[in-house]
Amino acid sequence: MSTVVDATATAEAGAQPAPGVLAYYPGCSLHGTEPEYDESLRAVVEALGIAIAEIPDWNCCGASSAHTTDHLLGVALPARNLALAEAAGFDRVLAPCAACYNRLAAAQLAVAEDAGLAEQMPDILGRPFANSVEVLSILSLLRDVKTTIAERASATRAAPNPLVGVKLAAYYGCLLVRPPELSGGDDPEQPMFMDEVIEACGAEAVDWNMKVECCGGAFSVSRTSSVLRMGRAIIEDARSNGAEAIVVACPLCHTNLDLRQKAMESRGEPRIPVLFITEVVGLALGLPAGALGLKRHFIATAPLLADLNIRAAQRVADEKKAADEKATKAAAREAKAAEAKAAAAADPATPDAGGDA
Amino acid sequence: MSRIGVFVCHCGENIGRTVDCAAVAEALKDHPGVAVAEDYKYMCSDPGQALVKKAIEENNLTGVVIAACSPHMHEKTFRRAVDQAGLNKFMCEMANIREHCSWIHEDKDEATAKAIDIARTIVEKVKHNRPLEVIKIPVTKRALVIGGGIAGIQAALDIADGGHEVVLIEKSASIGGHMSQLSETFPTLDCSQCILTPRMVEAYQHPNIKLHTWSEVEKVDGYIGNFEVTIRKKARSVDEDLCNGCGDCQGVCPSKKIPSEFDAGLSNRTAIYVPFPQAVPNIPVLDRPNCSLFKGRAKGLKKDACGKCKEACLKGAIDYDTEDTFVTEEVGAIVVATGFKLYDIGRDQPEGLTGYGEYGYGEVPDVIDGLQFERLASASGPTAGAILRPSDGTEPKTVVFVHCVGSRDPEKGMSYCSKICCMYNAKHAMLYKHKVHDGRAVAFYMDIRAAGKGYDEFSRRAIEEDHAEYIRGRVSRIFRDGDKVKVWGFDTLSGEQVVIDADMVVLATAVRPQDGVKELGQKLSVSVDADGFINEAHPKLRPVETNTAGVFVAGACQSPRDIPDAVAMASATGAKVLGLFSSDELEREPAVAIVNEQTCIGCMRCELVCPYGAIEQREVCTVDGHVCGHTAYVNPGVCQGCGTCQAVCLSKSVELQTFTDEQIFSEINALCAWE
Repeated sequence: MSTVVDATATAEAGAQPAPGVLAYYPGCSLHGTEPEYDESLRAVVEALGIAIAEIPDWNCCGASSAHTTDHLLGVALPARNLALAEAAGFDRVLAPCAACYNRLAAAQLAVAEDAGLAEQMPDILGRPFANSVEVLSILSLLRDVKTTIAERASATRAAPNPLVGVKLAAYYGCLLVRPPELSGGDDPEQPMFMDEVIEACGAEAVDWNMKVECCGGAFSVSRTSSVLRMGRAIIEDARSNGAEAIVVACPLCHTNLDLRQKAMESRGEPRIPVLFITEVVGLALGLPAGALGLKRHFIATAPLLADLNIRAAQRVADEKKAADEKATKAAAREAKAAEAKAAAAADPATPDAGGDA
Repeated sequence: MSRIGVFVCHCGENIGRTVDCAAVAEALKDHPGVAVAEDYKYMCSDPGQALVKKAIEENNLTGVVIAACSPHMHEKTFRRAVDQAGLNKFMCEMANIREHCSWIHEDKDEATAKAIDIARTIVEKVKHNRPLEVIKIPVTKRALVIGGGIAGIQAALDIADGGHEVVLIEKSASIGGHMSQLSETFPTLDCSQCILTPRMVEAYQHPNIKLHTWSEVEKVDGYIGNFEVTIRKKARSVDEDLCNGCGDCQGVCPSKKIPSEFDAGLSNRTAIYVPFPQAVPNIPVLDRPNCSLFKGRAKGLKKDACGKCKEACLKGAIDYDTEDTFVTEEVGAIVVATGFKLYDIGRDQPEGLTGYGEYGYGEVPDVIDGLQFERLASASGPTAGAILRPSDGTEPKTVVFVHCVGSRDPEKGMSYCSKICCMYNAKHAMLYKHKVHDGRAVAFYMDIRAAGKGYDEFSRRAIEEDHAEYIRGRVSRIFRDGDKVKVWGFDTLSGEQVVIDADMVVLATAVRPQDGVKELGQKLSVSVDADGFINEAHPKLRPVETNTAGVFVAGACQSPRDIPDAVAMASATGAKVLGLFSSDELEREPAVAIVNEQTCIGCMRCELVCPYGAIEQREVCTVDGHVCGHTAYVNPGVCQGCGTCQAVCLSKSVELQTFTDEQIFSEINALCAWE
C-alpha cells in the first residue's frame, strides 16, 4: 500500500489527515530539474512507513527572488503554503529542497516573532493563518529515524548493504545551516546531521573542509564560471579527503556539482558521483537503484554502484569465510578437549584421580 | 527645643544667579525652630566656615543646615567645621539647592521658592537628628593575598615591606603565574623569568610573607579589619620541611605522559612534579588523579601499584597518606589577585560562550594560542626556544597571527577587548622573525591598540624593522590542507580576499577570568560582572576596591591588563591596605542600620535583602542560657547604609541612623504641608 496519500482526495473528502502524516512541499526543483530527489524520497518514506501528502495547490516558495525584492512578499509567498497545509489539517510540512526549507522556516519564524506581521497575514493570504505548522528539513526527518535506518541497513538480507565501508562526503551547502536560527539545531560551522544519517546507513562520513562552503547557487545560470571554480574546490577537497562520492540535500547544490562537473577544469582525475541523501538511504534500505532515480544523474552512478555491489559481495564472502574458519577452529578445540577428558577418565594413574597427598 | 542655624550659600554665581539667596535666608528666619538664618557668597571658604562656627557659639545652636551644594561635595567640610565649634557633627546636614535646584532650573522666582522648600525640609529632618558617634572597629594588621602571579606577588611585597604580615596563597604548585610562562615581555623584550624570579624569591624569603602554595580559600568569615579565613592546604604528598628539591622523585616516576600545564600542553610531565625548574617553592607536588599508585588505590587494589618516588627519596619526604589540611588565618584585609586564563576555541564551552567552529574547534594541528607560542619561543621551553611545528617538529616558514579570536565578538559571547594581544602579537611576530630570518610573518588585525609607553613604537618596529606583514581584515576560515594550514582572510584596505598556505597559525585568544573566580567571589561577598571579571567599587575613582569593605582587587582578575598595569594596580592595592592598617582602629561613619532587639520578630527578611552580608542572626537566651528565639543583628563594620533592610522590615525594628523613618517622614510632611 502506498504511503503517499493523495491530499486532494483528503481535502475533498473534508476529512483530517491521519495523525503522523506529513504535509509534503516538493517545490519546483523536485518536480522539474531534480525529479530523482522526489523519486528517491517517495521510495524511502514508503519503505520507512512515513506517510506524506503533497499540499494541494502549493505555490512557489519565492526562493531568492521574493525576499530580495520585498520583505513582505518574501514572507507571504511561503506563508501561503503553510496556511494551505494548516487548512488541510497538517501540523508538520516536509520541504526537501534546501531553499524551500529555508524560506518556509524563515517565514514561520518571522511571523512567530513579529505580531504585526502575524496580524497582516490572513488579509494578504485571503485565508486564516495561525502559523501552527512546523517546517522540517529532510535532514531533521531522516535523523529522527536514524535508528530505524541503522537497524534495517545492518540487517542480514539477500542483497547485502552496498554502502558498508564506502567513504562519503556530506555536503551541506548554505541554506541548510544558515542563518543559525534555521539550522534545525545543527552546528552552522561544523554540522553533523547528514553525517549521522550517512553513518546510520553503514557508510563512513569523511572528515573534510568544505561542508558549508558555497557552491555558487543561482550563479549557475548567470555566472557559471564562478560555479565551476567554487564547485571544483569543493570536489577537490572531498576527493583529497578520501571521499568516493559527495552527498547533498539540495537540488541546486546537486546541479552545480553534478551537471556542471564535466565543465569544471580537469587534470584527468575521474569524476566523482553526487548522490542525494535520499538515494543513499534508499540503497542502505535495500531498495533497487532503478527505484531511486540514480540513472538520471549527469555524472554516471552506475560504475560506483557496480563497484559497491562487488565489494559488498566480497565482504559477505570474506565474512562467511572468517565465520567458517572460526567455527572449524572451535570444533577442533572442543574435539581436542573431549579427547583429553576421555583419556584422563580411562587412565587411573593420573594425579587428580582423587588420592590423598 | 530646637535651635537650628540655616546658612545659605551663593556659591558665587552657581546658586546666586538662579536663586535669591538673601530671600531664602529671610524666609527661613521665620521657620519654627530656626534660631538664625544667614546667607554668604562662599560658605565653604574659610570666612564662610568661620561664620558658621561663630553662629554656633553665639546662638547655642542645636543643629545646622547648610543650603548649598551636594553633600557629596562638602558635607565633610562643614561637619568638620561644626565639630570644631563643639557641636556634634552629625547634627549638621546639607540642603542641596545647587544640583537639585539652581543648576537645573531657569526661572528665578520658581527656583527661589523651591530652594526655600528644600531648606525647610532639611530643617525638619535635622530636628530628628541624633548626636551620633563614629563607629570604631579594631583592625588586625595582617593581609591575605589570593593568587601568586605578578600582581599578587607585588601586592604582598608592598604590604610586607610596609611592615605588616602577609599570607600569600596560590592554588598551583608554584607562584609566578602566567608571567613565568612568557618568553620575553613587551616593550623591552626583557626575559620574563629573569625579571620575575628575583621577585618570586624575595616573596618566598621575606620575613613578613607566609606562603601557602597548592592551597585554596575554603571559607571566609568576618568583616573588614576582622576576617577569619580558612585555607585548604591540598595534600601535596611531599613534606615541605624535609624535601630539599633534589628532583630524584621526578626522575623515577613512571607516569611520564601527563600534559604539562606550564608548557600549555606542548610537552609532558610526570605525576610527581615541579611545574618548572625555577619554581618557588622548589618542592614537588604529587598529582594524585594521574598517579598509578592512587589510581590503583581508587580501584581498590590491596597492594600499591607503585612507590618508586618514595623509594628514591633520600630525605623520606614523600608520604602517600597525607590528607588536605586546614589552616585558619586572621587577617584585616584581603586582596584578590587571581589573574586570567585564555579562551579555548573548542566545542565544550561554558554558558554564554561559543567555540570557533570556523577555525576548527582547536582540532587542527599547528593552530596554537599565544601562551603556547610563548612556550615555543622560551629558551627553557619544550623546543629549547626554536619555533617548531607541534605536528612534525619542522620549522614553519610562514606563520599567520590572528588578532581578536573571541575578543570584541558579541556572537562568541565576549564583547570586550583583551588589551594585551595587539602588543604580544607584535612581539611574537618579532620573536619569530628573529629566529627564522627567512620566515614570513603575517598578522590579521582589526585595530592596533598600543597605548602604553613605548608601545606604538614597539608595534611599528615589528612592521618596519622585522618586516611583519600586517593585513587589516578578519580570517573567515582556518583548516587543514594536506601538510599546510589554509587561512582564508580578507584585506579591507585593498578590498581583496587573501588566501595563505601557512605552516603554523597563532591565535590571539581572548583573556578570560580564571576558573573558580565566581565561587571565590561568593565566599568573599564580591560580585563578578557579566564577563566573569571581579567588580570594582567604582570604575573611575575606586578601581582597586570592591563593594565589600576590606576586600581589594589587583591585576587581570578585574579586567585584562598587561604586566606594568598589573604591577601598578597591585602597588595601589598595597597602598590601600597599608592605609587601612595605619591606625589601630577603623573609623566608620555611623550611617549604619541598628536593630531594636525588643521589637525584632526574627523573620530575617533583612538578612535576605542585605547586599553586603552585613546582617546575621543572633540568639536570644533566657537568664539560664536557654535559647528562646533569635533576632537580627547588623554588623556595624560591614553595613554600608543602603537602608534596604529598613524598607523590608515588617516590625519597623531596624533603623538606618541618619535616615530613620522619623527623619524621612518629617521631610515628606514638610514638603506636603508647605506650598
